[in-house]
Amino acid sequence: MNRRTLLTYGAAIAGVAALTLFIGWWRVDGPGAPEPVAQRPLPLTQMEFQMTDQDGATVGPETLLGNPSMAFFGFTYCPDVCPTTLSDISGWLDDLGDDVADMNVVFITVDPERDTEAAMAEYVSYFHPAIQGWSGTLSETARAAAGFRASYEKVVTEGDDYTMNHTASVFLFDVEGQFAGTVDYHESREFAVPKIRRILTRAEEDTS
Amino acid sequence: MKSSIAATIFASCLFVGLPTTTVAGSEDVVVENAWSRASIGINRPGAAYMTLRNTGTDPVTLVGLETPLAMMPDIHETKTDANGVSSMAPAGEIMIPPGESVSLEPGGLHAMLMRLQTKMVEGETFPLTLNFADGGTRTVDVPILGIAARGPEG
Repeated sequence: MNRRTLLTYGAAIAGVAALTLFIGWWRVDGPGAPEPVAQRPLPLTQMEFQMTDQDGATVGPETLLGNPSMAFFGFTYCPDVCPTTLSDISGWLDDLGDDVADMNVVFITVDPERDTEAAMAEYVSYFHPAIQGWSGTLSETARAAAGFRASYEKVVTEGDDYTMNHTASVFLFDVEGQFAGTVDYHESREFAVPKIRRILTRAEEDTS
Repeated sequence: MKSSIAATIFASCLFVGLPTTTVAGSEDVVVENAWSRASIGINRPGAAYMTLRNTGTDPVTLVGLETPLAMMPDIHETKTDANGVSSMAPAGEIMIPPGESVSLEPGGLHAMLMRLQTKMVEGETFPLTLNFADGGTRTVDVPILGIAARGPEG
């Protein structure tokens, strides 16, 4: 094989390799990439919204910084998913015991028209005392959901009533407000509790 | 005389042993672990859960619910999609194959109690009537547990 043939082969191989890489890029990161199914929530430091908690205090994403946090969306007129999520979370918190003393646990309503500050206060009082209930105006609710990359939608039901479809995952954030994972709706305790413990341990390491 | 008494007793035993109704299927449904959560007032819908076990040899279909507690009771189903978004819709008729069970449990099928007539108070019970496609009905007393209950045990 002479030098010229070698060069030709070499160029051909390099060309194929480059083309393969290009196709790979195109399909994974380039214009041919599929739309991401569910985006990660923004860090809390990049979110902007203002709400009122169950005691009437003005709160927002910055309120959560400095402690690990758990946040989720729902509404109090929800008969199945929301009480289940809140009681699941209450159970996880009971399991974690004193370790969760400094953790923020926030239930944000996607239905502020019915979930007033008083309604949220009464509702959360039936669950673990660490659980806060936040409500805001319709536009602040939309801003909050956008930051968490959560979605919700009003659905009219029989008899002029309505229900809300909404993201039912629980979002975890570390002390600096970085997104640290989700606990899926109705995830079993043996998976959920270690996930929460991980962000709590990280918080201890950061402070020590 | 003696033998005629014996015959009567024998005949009545036979009679007792026969099904008392011509309805087929729904009398073989066993309802287990019924429970519900207390409500805050009467504006929010309630939900009740239970397991329906078909011990018979024919499929049984649950077609509807009735209860003095709520004006619009219906079987609903919660679904959570790949993006983690939960939604709820009427589930329609529920068929229970012979020898199998259907569970109404949190995050899945549930008896949705719309338009509550009275508040659901922890510690009380309410009657819930299940209507089956064969015309049979079954009324169960559903215990009302706390708002934060996670299952039939509380």
